[in-house]
Amino acid sequence: MMNFGIANIIFIAALGTAIFIFARNVGKIRRNIMLGKDINRSDNKAERWKTMGRVAMGQSKMVTRPIAGFFHIVIYVGFVLINIEVLEILIDGIFGTHRVLASPLGAIYTSAINFFEVLAVLVILACVVFLWRRNVRVIPRFRKDEMKGWPTKDGNYILIIEIVLMVALLGMNASEANMEAAVAGPYLVSQYLAPIFNGFSQEGLHTAERIFWWGHILGILAFLNYLPFSKHFHIILAFPNTWYANLNPKGAFKNNDTVTKEVKMMMDPNADPYAAPADGGGEPERFGAKDVTDLDWTNIMNAYACTECGRCTAECPANQTGKKLSPRKIMMDVRDRAEVVGANIDENNGTFKDDGKSLLDDHITREELWACTTCNACVEACPVLIDPLDIIMKMRQYMVMEESSAAQELNLMMTNVENNGAPWQFSQADRANWADEL
Amino acid sequence: MSEHKIPSMADMMAQGKTPDVLFWVGCAGSFDDRAKKITKAFARILLQAGVNVAILGKEESCTGDPAKRAGNEFLFQMQAMTNIEVLNGYDIKKIVTTCPHCFNTLKNEYPALGGNYEVMHHTQYLRELLETGKLKIEGGKLKGKRITFHDPCYLGRANGEYEAPRKLIETIEAEFVEMRRCKSKGLCCGAGGAQMFKEPEKGNKDINIERTEEALETKPEIIAAACPFCNTMMSDGIKNQEKEDSVKVYDLAELVEMAGNLS
Repeated sequence: MMNFGIANIIFIAALGTAIFIFARNVGKIRRNIMLGKDINRSDNKAERWKTMGRVAMGQSKMVTRPIAGFFHIVIYVGFVLINIEVLEILIDGIFGTHRVLASPLGAIYTSAINFFEVLAVLVILACVVFLWRRNVRVIPRFRKDEMKGWPTKDGNYILIIEIVLMVALLGMNASEANMEAAVAGPYLVSQYLAPIFNGFSQEGLHTAERIFWWGHILGILAFLNYLPFSKHFHIILAFPNTWYANLNPKGAFKNNDTVTKEVKMMMDPNADPYAAPADGGGEPERFGAKDVTDLDWTNIMNAYACTECGRCTAECPANQTGKKLSPRKIMMDVRDRAEVVGANIDENNGTFKDDGKSLLDDHITREELWACTTCNACVEACPVLIDPLDIIMKMRQYMVMEESSAAQELNLMMTNVENNGAPWQFSQADRANWADEL
Repeated sequence: MSEHKIPSMADMMAQGKTPDVLFWVGCAGSFDDRAKKITKAFARILLQAGVNVAILGKEESCTGDPAKRAGNEFLFQMQAMTNIEVLNGYDIKKIVTTCPHCFNTLKNEYPALGGNYEVMHHTQYLRELLETGKLKIEGGKLKGKRITFHDPCYLGRANGEYEAPRKLIETIEAEFVEMRRCKSKGLCCGAGGAQMFKEPEKGNKDINIERTEEALETKPEIIAAACPFCNTMMSDGIKNQEKEDSVKVYDLAELVEMAGNLS
């Protein structure tokens, strides 16, 4: 039964606006990611699809922490499956139908809604558990310095919004159950909520049902537009982030190509050191990273894919022993700086106007960068294959190769490597002395 | 025992011989007094097993790992390309090393610069020697000893090798006990990323102390290591905890030699 009216026009307008704003903000994030340098991560596609299937869709790394892993899977599965129902809501909203799929699907429809209701209850339960872990029995990784203020609020808002959306879904079904004109139901869970509406007139029930219906869908559209400003954007970027992940062994740090060119020229006896560069010169490329624009685009995507769970930081040996380094903060800083640079570009008609600031020093301190043991614990811990270590290494490269600002002991070590072929002051001629003692 | 002396590549070449495997000793293994014992233990095992092995000797130079992890990509690549010239000049095909940092760098970072070799960590090589019967452990002197193993980051997480060292401990019939954080979750000793050569940043504890305390929780008689730098860090930790009389830190090469009564 179609009943197209003013409500549907409002619905279509709301839907269109929500999608338009969301697309615009996603476009900005995409632009910010593309501020990074190009890197080819499209090789070995078969392996990449497998990785994404296993890690993002299959949640394989979430379950290394069983409690968080289990409840996360509940929310993830609930989110994906319950959204099937949104399809019906969209059709109803646009065309003025009511539960359009109920009569064509018949018994299947009832089973599906029953299943969604069970999922909704589980999602609410999981969200309550997560709120409890974040606010009552506080897990230490949720109380690190970088979580103060907005990041903690963000985490709570997401969980509360999810609970509200699920309650709206159940309320919508519960209020329908008592209606004479009910097209379907009563349902598995919401039948127990139906008595709440016992004293309601038919008209009152109808109003309640509409409030829940509108609350649910407008809530979803608002939540959609919250994502680009939230850590919750991971629900989108987790997938490409795992697809474009580094597939090499974790110990293989990428060799800097700019340096390779220089070293090859230095070591080639036929090279003319005064010759103009073959590519016509121009500004020589910076060694390592001082700002987000020196990073690869994958590093910036990593930052937007981060949901600030802090498993990296919890595993970091430097952080565990009280040093300032927190791999999660590295990722949050990269995102923050990318946002600043992006906003700067928007304000200046598409070009970045130097703001005298950079990722190094204004966001990430040297003390943090030098505390890293390059042990890869953070990389191993990340459930969506983020690589904070790659960023730390690029920034160290900048400090050492562009600024020569390493600690004195490190400079001594490097001088020794250069002169003696060992990090200590021993003569290379003595390298095999041990063999005489065999 | 001059007949046991390990030949250098230059000697071998002069005699027109080719080794089956090159033993890459590394800087710690060449110069650090503690690490030299590991080098010698491994060399003795190789000779005992009749492996046709050589070293580069004076022609070996730092792989560049500490420079690279410190951020000096330039120095790293200079070292790498110089070493690759030497290695390729001798037509080296297979390398074994007692240092996970050398292992990782040679295996993963040299290929892109023109150095392609089959690279093995000594725990992998020892496992192979035992499995192919070239090396036999007789005597089982370490049978029943309570041993825990500290995973080196550059062998474990960096290259996914967790089993070879554990297989060796199994072979020497020790009573093996895992630390709480092990394998892919193993805690770093604190030396990686060029930290070995600098003072740690300000914090409330040194990483090697944290790790040593964890190792001591397992009540071991021996802490097994597979990296000269981990060895130093854990030994220092044991001294700090004043346990050097009751708990010893040994490399797996040393343990294999001790267990097998090889020397």
